[in-house]
Amino acid sequence: MPEIFQFGFMVRAFIAGGIVGVICPFLGTFLVLRRLSLIADTLAHVALAGVAIGLLLGRYPVAIAVTISAGAAVIIERLRASNRMAGDSALALVLYTALAVTVVLISLGKGFSVDLFGYLFGTVITVTEADLWATGVLGAATLLVGWLLYAELVQSTFDPDMARVSGVKVGMVNIVLAVLTGVAVTLSMRVVGALLVGALIVFPVLAGLQIARGFRTTLLASSALGVVSVFTGLTISFYWDIAAGGAIVLTALAFLLMVTTIRGVVLRATRRASR
Amino acid sequence: MSIGEKTPTSLVAFEDVTFSYGPTTAVEHVSFTVEPGDFVALIGPNGSGKTTLLKLALGLERPQQGRVLLFGQEIDQFKEWHRIGYVPQQASAFKVRFPATVGEVVSYGEYRGFDPLAIFRTGVSSAVERALHTVDMWEYRQRLVSELSTGQQQRLLIARALVHQPALLMLDEPTAGVDVAGQDQFYTLLRQLCRDLGTTVLLVSHDVGVVLHEATKVVCINRTLVFHGSAQEVTDADLSRLYGFSVDLIIHRHQ
Repeated sequence: MPEIFQFGFMVRAFIAGGIVGVICPFLGTFLVLRRLSLIADTLAHVALAGVAIGLLLGRYPVAIAVTISAGAAVIIERLRASNRMAGDSALALVLYTALAVTVVLISLGKGFSVDLFGYLFGTVITVTEADLWATGVLGAATLLVGWLLYAELVQSTFDPDMARVSGVKVGMVNIVLAVLTGVAVTLSMRVVGALLVGALIVFPVLAGLQIARGFRTTLLASSALGVVSVFTGLTISFYWDIAAGGAIVLTALAFLLMVTTIRGVVLRATRRASR
Repeated sequence: MSIGEKTPTSLVAFEDVTFSYGPTTAVEHVSFTVEPGDFVALIGPNGSGKTTLLKLALGLERPQQGRVLLFGQEIDQFKEWHRIGYVPQQASAFKVRFPATVGEVVSYGEYRGFDPLAIFRTGVSSAVERALHTVDMWEYRQRLVSELSTGQQQRLLIARALVHQPALLMLDEPTAGVDVAGQDQFYTLLRQLCRDLGTTVLLVSHDVGVVLHEATKVVCINRTLVFHGSAQEVTDADLSRLYGFSVDLIIHRHQ
């Protein structure tokens, strides 16, 4: 067995990382194509406020963070759907409210800022058995809902009005997607940290969009790239002793640049051959 | 019976419909019907309420006053969406690099409600194949939609709308941004659908000359209804009233 898997904390890190490596790009494919990438960043800040509340109350922070970010996801979707404000304004409103709450809670609960920074920057090697259970159950539930509502998610991403005329309950689908994103973001905080979770939702999708020829293959390619990025980043972080969150996101970026370069070369060669 | 009076067979019926966006009234006291076999052109200047009327007919907006009936049913109770095909000016997917193939997008038109196994349905059904042949795009079925021209994207959306062989096809300025050859191909296709399949068409358009040539009935709207009747009966005076300046119409009527 390689040295890296002789440590229980690294095995737990790979399991938790593998799960979020699949679900983040899976949901990210729908978010990127709806131009809603920043919703992940907003919900990550909300989840951070949830973690702060949990730490202050002495409760399991992930449970409170999941609940609060799911609630915030519903509020964002309601605000967007009501046309009371532009979509990015709704995101800004929720994001900065959550940040302000977190800052106030940090000032109230002196002493837990070190734990909170673990969620901010990611501390995948401190993943506990309870975290693993939460990630496994909620991650499987997220994938199951995404699978069951595949047709509705694709239809409403292609064009919301066309989807409504086809009989899709677009408002409900949007809320479900936002809530699933809130859950995925919360679960990913331990792995890459609240500040970088958006990258795990966007980078593998941008790479997947360049190599896949079809919607299902894009979902598969993006999720596969997500998992490979997490595993490669974790391995690099273990042997080079660097922060796992940063290593994972920089690995995902390296894959994106590699795919973009290869695609450019192939396109140029194809054009030259067809002349 | 006068034109515009609701019949038991009316596919769309507007009854004294008023709709506002906030303080701005978009359409006011509008009543007209679309009957089976009609090819209705909905024309009017920019901001006249054409697209709003189409959205009301599709159930995408709800009137503040009056009511809209689809196939004789209140729109809130209407469930048979497969009887309606909708072609927008542009799908929001065309503004991003949407990764689906032509075959996949046309198969979206087969949606009939919750299907837990939808993610596994990858083949091209006979209905999708027929729709692709109808718009002459069968050869493109493996092509990504982001690689299509504007005219091809329009034909793709029509194919998606035709999968269920809808009784009523509603189109919102479908030839905007399409070149003359593409427009000609598009209107030839619409004529075929009306003639061969008996599809009823409600078309929002800016191309007054073309639609008066192609349509059997015309609805002229400028917030209120200016004219509703046979395309043969539209006069220069009606159009001048509609657009607010003198219009000399030179069109070739159906022989």
